[in-house]
Amino acid sequence: MDEKTIFELSRPGTPEIQMPEHDVPEMILDEVIPEKFIAPLPPPMPEVSELDVIRHFTRLSNKNFNVDANFYPLGSCTMKYNPRVGEWASRLHGFAGLHPYAGYENSQGALKLMEELSEDLCEITGMDGFTLQPAAGAHGELTALLITRAWFKDKGEDRDIILVPDTSHGTNPASAAMAGFNIRQVKSDGYGNIDIGDLKSKLDDKVACLMLTNPSTLGLFETGIEKVESLVHKAGGLLYYDGANLNALMGKSRPGDMGFDLVHLNLHKTFATPHGGGGPGSGPVGALGPLVDYLPGDELVDEDGLTVMKPRTRSIGRVRSFYGNFGVLVKAYVYIRGLGAEGLVRASECAVLSANYLATRLKEAFDLPFKRRCMHEFVLSASRQKKLGVSAMDIAKRILDFGFHAPTVYFPLIVPEALMIEPTETENKQTMDAFCEALLAIAREVEENPEIVKSAPHNTPVSRVDEAGAARKLMLCGI
Amino acid sequence: MNYLPHTGAEIKEMLEVVGAESVEELFCDIPHGVRLYDDLSLPGPLSEFEIQELMQSLSRQNRPDGENGFFLGAGAYRHFIPAAVDSIISRGEFFTAYTPYQAEASQGTLQAIFEFQTAVSGLTGLDVANASLYDGASSLAEAAQMAVMAKGKKLIMVSEGVHPEYLQTLKTYLAGKDYLVEMIPLNEGLTDLDQVKDRFPEAAAVAVQNPNFFGCLEDLSAIFNVTKEKGALGIAVISDPVTLGFLRSPGESGCDVAVGEGQPLGLPMSFGGPGFGFVAARAEHTRRLPGRIVGRTADKDGRVAYCLTLQTREQHIRREKAASNICTNQALAALAATVYLSLMGPYGLRKAAELSARLAHLAAHRICDIPGFSLLFDRPFFHEFAVRCPKDPAVLNGKLRDYGIAGGLPLKRFYPAMEDAMLFTLTECNRPEEIDRLASALREITA
Repeated sequence: MDEKTIFELSRPGTPEIQMPEHDVPEMILDEVIPEKFIAPLPPPMPEVSELDVIRHFTRLSNKNFNVDANFYPLGSCTMKYNPRVGEWASRLHGFAGLHPYAGYENSQGALKLMEELSEDLCEITGMDGFTLQPAAGAHGELTALLITRAWFKDKGEDRDIILVPDTSHGTNPASAAMAGFNIRQVKSDGYGNIDIGDLKSKLDDKVACLMLTNPSTLGLFETGIEKVESLVHKAGGLLYYDGANLNALMGKSRPGDMGFDLVHLNLHKTFATPHGGGGPGSGPVGALGPLVDYLPGDELVDEDGLTVMKPRTRSIGRVRSFYGNFGVLVKAYVYIRGLGAEGLVRASECAVLSANYLATRLKEAFDLPFKRRCMHEFVLSASRQKKLGVSAMDIAKRILDFGFHAPTVYFPLIVPEALMIEPTETENKQTMDAFCEALLAIAREVEENPEIVKSAPHNTPVSRVDEAGAARKLMLCGI
Repeated sequence: MNYLPHTGAEIKEMLEVVGAESVEELFCDIPHGVRLYDDLSLPGPLSEFEIQELMQSLSRQNRPDGENGFFLGAGAYRHFIPAAVDSIISRGEFFTAYTPYQAEASQGTLQAIFEFQTAVSGLTGLDVANASLYDGASSLAEAAQMAVMAKGKKLIMVSEGVHPEYLQTLKTYLAGKDYLVEMIPLNEGLTDLDQVKDRFPEAAAVAVQNPNFFGCLEDLSAIFNVTKEKGALGIAVISDPVTLGFLRSPGESGCDVAVGEGQPLGLPMSFGGPGFGFVAARAEHTRRLPGRIVGRTADKDGRVAYCLTLQTREQHIRREKAASNICTNQALAALAATVYLSLMGPYGLRKAAELSARLAHLAAHRICDIPGFSLLFDRPFFHEFAVRCPKDPAVLNGKLRDYGIAGGLPLKRFYPAMEDAMLFTLTECNRPEEIDRLASALREITA
């Protein structure tokens, strides 16, 4: 059923929320604030009761798929369970009520948490220093690329090219462009690795950096990483690690040990902080050696028993206000402390086992373009189904009817009709088996009754949404 | 803590299906040279019981409140938050969902974003808004890029009354490109366009904050009249949108784009994040907006439905040609603001804004009654004001702590020349008694 917007639910004259009646002279504002600054009417917000609000947003919430209710195997997004103790901790008044300018002596708990979290991230990734400022993965990418730019400027080298593999996330080239770089794309080879020959041909003294996701967005470990590292460094470039897929590697291999100079992590993927329907996330950036001095924000150090902030000598400056999405940092800290070293390793092991299990069970019905052990995710192709007139998008929509969120579709771009599946470590075998049964049933439907797939979804709050129509006839505001 | 669900028998079964002897075998693609064979050195694992103890202990090492008074603001604000806000954003249906790429499985999030866009349009008096950005500071940087795209010029002029951290962020963002940032000086606390008018022909945008960082009310209409005449994009910066409950909206004052920080709309300060950034614009700039935008459309059976739209501006489609690189934004924080604005309604918001301003004027009056204290700028202000103090403000703050009072922000943190100035902030959460206690404490300390 259609749910009216909260603005459409407005009933003018609804009794309003009360504010304290202070003994402050009423008329004073008219005398001290010139009329030209004052709005004659308050802004057009809805007039509704608290129950109206609660009921409306509760109903809306019921129209969402979410990890709490549904398996959410969205590749590259690491939709693992979000532990509730993290939610609880971030709401403690000592954290939630703290003003960013409260001063060192009043913020010791928060500063210690940030100092320890930075150290933990260094240990997990093998880097030398972290900034916690970036608010999301793409923000971290931009940060690292601005560092790259400043680094070569200081060295007096004119390098304006960023290399990205053809499997890279769209944010990689977009961040590079925003940092003022030009892009060269590097091909993948038949095993899903970077094509070393192509890499060689693209490397020269203009290349500032290669951005690499490892495991790649195909869910495959870059087996030639040592060769890639030596080639890029020999050409004088830097190596950047897109941490979107770190969930495969915790305690198994570290970007710092692979030779990456800069990394960003997604705390809202690997470290179990919730995605919130599109944020807030957190995208800390780590650096190796002298690049640490370029990180945004201050370094946290102990001084006379206090944790204090020390400016970094060559910092590129801040990339947002204050210190980052602190509330998200609290949740990631809780997760890392709770799991410890052994828990993190086991999480990665189970994530990889689960992905291999699903890949094995599904490869009969769908094409598996790269026949290797996958890491924490894998990419199927629905090209076989496409020949029968059913697209990856149709299959994704049909999966919703079975109560599962769809995989990531049409990405990475090099796999036709891609279905990218990431189960994460927190899903049990029964759930994964039910998901396999659903996908295998859909594969049979494609052969026997393709219409039901092409017209899916059938059991969701709305049927197939007219996205083209939305762009053609824009309606972006409800008043 | 442990969130792994598998039994030993299930792991064995899965390994059999996969055709591997051990889990270790699945990591065979990692070359020996880059395998980690040592254990990570991390504390823990801790049980949830121990985690709760640890977090209680850490949180108690923070002293968030002045129990007898709280006067900090400057970009992060302690406003009243109805309990229903957290109740809604604590629903797993909202906070454990992903970005709503699959519209049919995400109508709740999508409609909430549509309502958020509507609320931001209403607050700012502009035609369109996006689904949120990271924060106020990065929103200004995004608006600057919109201006360069719109005007084909590379000079961004920024008032010195803009939050200094926003300005630092803008400079960092633009360092990668050959854009120029130039400051517009203040005259007695207000942006003075006259001093820079020669530069207007080259300017892509002029950005002005209101109320400005020092709390003074800028004459936005006059400023945006000039930008319109000179062909520069007028950008309004709002660091506390609760003030829009009472103040004329930036759209009505003639700006082209408004950006700002959303934390004051129903989110705790949380040591500076998460809040959210917002950006709203006149319709002609719709296709230059960064980030997610939700549109209303229909499903194939004609029912009202919502989806992400204009995605051809975005990185996952356009890659290096995208309007911005932003992907994940601050959706849950934007939801909190939508719920907050619905609960407050037009009159609740107006009351909160009015009360903040009235208390601030009372406080300014009381403080400036004390010998040695005076307003730094003799200008109309709203709920923040800068005061010249007879003693080092940092020292004053240290002494105020002994009275259980969190004082204002010593302005020398950002402006070394303003070593005797302190920025005080009041909101509807302050009680008149706090002002009494602040005034008598300051009197005693400086006597």
